Amino acid sequence: MHRRAALALLALPWAALAQEDALAGAIREAVGDAQAAEGGINLRAPATAENGGQVPLTILVESPQTAAEHVTAIHVFATRNPTPGVASFRLTPALARAEVQTRIRLAESQIVVVLAQLSDGSLRRANAEIRVTTGGCLT
Amino acid sequence: MNPPRIRAPRQARAGEVVEIRTLIEHPMETGLRMEGGRLVPRNMLASMVVRVNGEVALQVELSNGSAANPYHVFFLRLERASEVEVSCVDEAGRSARSMARIAVG
Repeated sequence: MHRRAALALLALPWAALAQEDALAGAIREAVGDAQAAEGGINLRAPATAENGGQVPLTILVESPQTAAEHVTAIHVFATRNPTPGVASFRLTPALARAEVQTRIRLAESQIVVVLAQLSDGSLRRANAEIRVTTGGCLT
Repeated sequence: MNPPRIRAPRQARAGEVVEIRTLIEHPMETGLRMEGGRLVPRNMLASMVVRVNGEVALQVELSNGSAANPYHVFFLRLERASEVEVSCVDEAGRSARSMARIAVG
């Protein structure tokens, strides 16, 4: 009994570390080692999501969306889902603005990370903290 | 797989920005969900591609954190009559597509 409790205590930080590793790995796979600047992304999400299975997310990156200057990709990551990947959007100047609306799944309350890659090679980052009433990944 | 549903205006003025909404009916099973004590096998959409008059405008790679029945909204600026084609492929290689025509004038 004691041993099991001790094991459970040991397991917790390891699980958190593994989750962070998976997140860092997914981010590296998407954007490499580029450093992201904060700002330039308008991220709209509910502060509290009743249903974690369908959480609306609106991402608007400030960009003129011209051939010379546009957003090339938007990546979305969930920091505390069983797997961090949510979606990657590859944009072109054919889009009038660098905006996408989607619906995501969140297993529990967590921070959603959005990264935007621009045609000049720069990277922007925004976070949204979303409280989840009913988890949406395993139900 | 049912063809994607596209909601788009039938008509637009030249240079107008139009809202396009898409819905793909798909369970997006991650392979992590239990039902009756068993794991439900993985069955995910892999990607969705939007083409305007044959040119790729938007490409979406979907992972586990994308909700079932993927719903997306995006905005196009149209200069001429356009065919908006939405196609999707799942991880088993099945695909579906549909098209919306928007008159511009």
